[in-house]
Amino acid sequence: MAFYRSHILVCVDPECLEKGAHELIDALQDELVAQGLLKEIQVLETSRIGSCASGPEMMVYPEGVHYVGMSADDVPFLVEEHFLKGRIIEKFREVHKPVVDEELGPLRPKEVRVVLRNCGEIDPMNIEDYLAVDGYQALGKVIGEMTPENVIDEMIRSGLRGRGGAGFPAGKKWALTRQVQDNPKYMVCNADEGDPGAFMNRRVLEGDPHSVIEGMIIGAYAVGASYGYIYCRAEYPLAVETLNLAINQAREFGFLGNNILGTDFNFDLEVRVGAGAFVCGEETALMASIMGQRGEPRPRPPFPSVKGVWGKPSNNNNVETYANVPQIILKGADWYASMGTARSKGTKTFAVGGNVAKPGLIEVPMGITLREIIFDVAGGIKDGKQYKAVQTGGPMGGCLTAEHLDLPLDYEALAEAGSMMGSGGLVVMDESSCMVDIARFFMEFTQAESCGKCTPCRIGTRRILEMLKKICDGKGKAGDIEKLEDLCHEVAKSSLCGLGQGAPNPVLSTLKHFRDEYEAHVFEKRCPAKVCRKLIRFEIQASTCTGCTVCARNCPVEAIGGERRQAHHIDVNKCIRCGICVQVCNFNAISVES
Amino acid sequence: MPAIKSLEELKRVREEALAKKQMKAAPGNVQVIVAMGTCGIAAGARDTMKSVLSYIETQNLSGVTVTQTGCIGMCEQEPILQVIFGDQAKVTYGKVNTEVAEQIMRQHVQGGMPLKDHVLPI
Repeated sequence: MAFYRSHILVCVDPECLEKGAHELIDALQDELVAQGLLKEIQVLETSRIGSCASGPEMMVYPEGVHYVGMSADDVPFLVEEHFLKGRIIEKFREVHKPVVDEELGPLRPKEVRVVLRNCGEIDPMNIEDYLAVDGYQALGKVIGEMTPENVIDEMIRSGLRGRGGAGFPAGKKWALTRQVQDNPKYMVCNADEGDPGAFMNRRVLEGDPHSVIEGMIIGAYAVGASYGYIYCRAEYPLAVETLNLAINQAREFGFLGNNILGTDFNFDLEVRVGAGAFVCGEETALMASIMGQRGEPRPRPPFPSVKGVWGKPSNNNNVETYANVPQIILKGADWYASMGTARSKGTKTFAVGGNVAKPGLIEVPMGITLREIIFDVAGGIKDGKQYKAVQTGGPMGGCLTAEHLDLPLDYEALAEAGSMMGSGGLVVMDESSCMVDIARFFMEFTQAESCGKCTPCRIGTRRILEMLKKICDGKGKAGDIEKLEDLCHEVAKSSLCGLGQGAPNPVLSTLKHFRDEYEAHVFEKRCPAKVCRKLIRFEIQASTCTGCTVCARNCPVEAIGGERRQAHHIDVNKCIRCGICVQVCNFNAISVES
Repeated sequence: MPAIKSLEELKRVREEALAKKQMKAAPGNVQVIVAMGTCGIAAGARDTMKSVLSYIETQNLSGVTVTQTGCIGMCEQEPILQVIFGDQAKVTYGKVNTEVAEQIMRQHVQGGMPLKDHVLPI
């Protein structure tokens, strides 16, 4: 077969023919012969390429260049320029209307981006990209026009509340730290984002680190701090790298260091890397870790605003809270307060995961309903299944059901419903999720992450987990559910820090909303969602089994027997309920029973 | 860069940064942006980036600026690559492995025809 370096496809649709496509083809052939290119370039006829209206049209491969409106007279010029000199002739090139995002539908409806406004829009490694989108202008405004009191007033009026989960008003926290008569003061940024499946802060740290740094500098100016720490988890190496680079650039431009912007305000910043303990997201444990001590919480008060890092007043906010600050200063508190509900202002980022069609990181205004988030922003439940529950607030949050779908999201509404805002994890579950199993999963996480300092959390979470495992294994007895519930209340009441206080939440909320599932496990030894291995069995339907032997060949414990082309059967005593046979069966002949 | 010592200087630095940004969006210039957050890198964005750079080198393309950015929020579609012609709207591609990246470079960046099959979710 001949090898051609180029192919010219000329459209021979009626419209192009009328405009002289054949004459064009003839001229091309003649010119290729004349230039001795006939063995290198092939001319072909094709149907409509897309622009017959401005025809005759042709397409040149491998470049994929679309030429229109050429006549036979232009051919020598074309062959010389394009095929001999390798230059694309712009004047004959079809101008394609670009495929714009709008034409493809807005990527995510109902999103409002304040914190994430620059993520994915700018180059995080280059401070000039941030400067070009009004970066550090808020700092300029603060230093040039506002007193620290003005800044705090503006923050209080904006209604911004701590985005780490607890929701304490950021402006009030700043005011508290400012009031304390002790120096030096420290700014601390909690970037120890540890909730499983939640990585909103990582996106900000990696995509727009300067917004967090600028927020911290403004905060330092307001509370009177001279040094700051960003406590970032070691599992985010890229975030640490990006932050360090950004801090160096900010220092070089004079946004950090002594005499910032020519004033007598001094502030500098460093990144402290955590060692992978979830409990270090708790503010007192975090500050202990910054000081090189064991990452364990301590009783409050005194709050960090009074005694924090190195025993000095320290203002601690999380990444998202700081990233909001420059926009609030630039656009004003009224603008920010115009979004959200009466009690919770502004926007919130969420990591939506689980059984949804379009998982991902989103930012929505407060007051949006769970229904809008799950069905409009995240595209609804995957694979046409039914919605069952949503877990909000991470491993210490609670599960909410269909009756809460129209709940407007704010801190108080979620707390009243038995869950919490948390840092913004949203795990959506469909009908195939077992709620007892989900509670067991989250308990396993918090139990492993309990630091062990206080007894209720250290021993209580372990006992809760053991009870849940017992129920999942079908060994639960009458009275176990009540005992579990009592223990959960005790652990929540008596633990030292937020970890132990929140750990029982997934159990308590599933007990409240899905008690029937617990009862089915305990009294009927049945898992309604067919998830808990000890309570299910696999059966081959003799009527649909074709005897293809694929299940028998894939079974890791040789529990499946039967003749070729005859219905197979499973030995329940050998079966370990791994589910591989269900996955490999091509005829849906294997069912799960409970 | 000497440290900025006054508000006037801050304003001037911003103007300069804006001008640089506008230069990238000048007609005839094409920006290719690869999302390089942790999610992107885990999905292979470094290879995508290498593929883009080596295409530019082998084809000796001029007027193409390659930059990186952070996570766009659609981590399951990573690696994500965006193409902006001059000041036109950006086209976002998902699941751009090395082959798709090369195809985009050839057909879209060089040829001017977006690859509709890989443009992000309809």
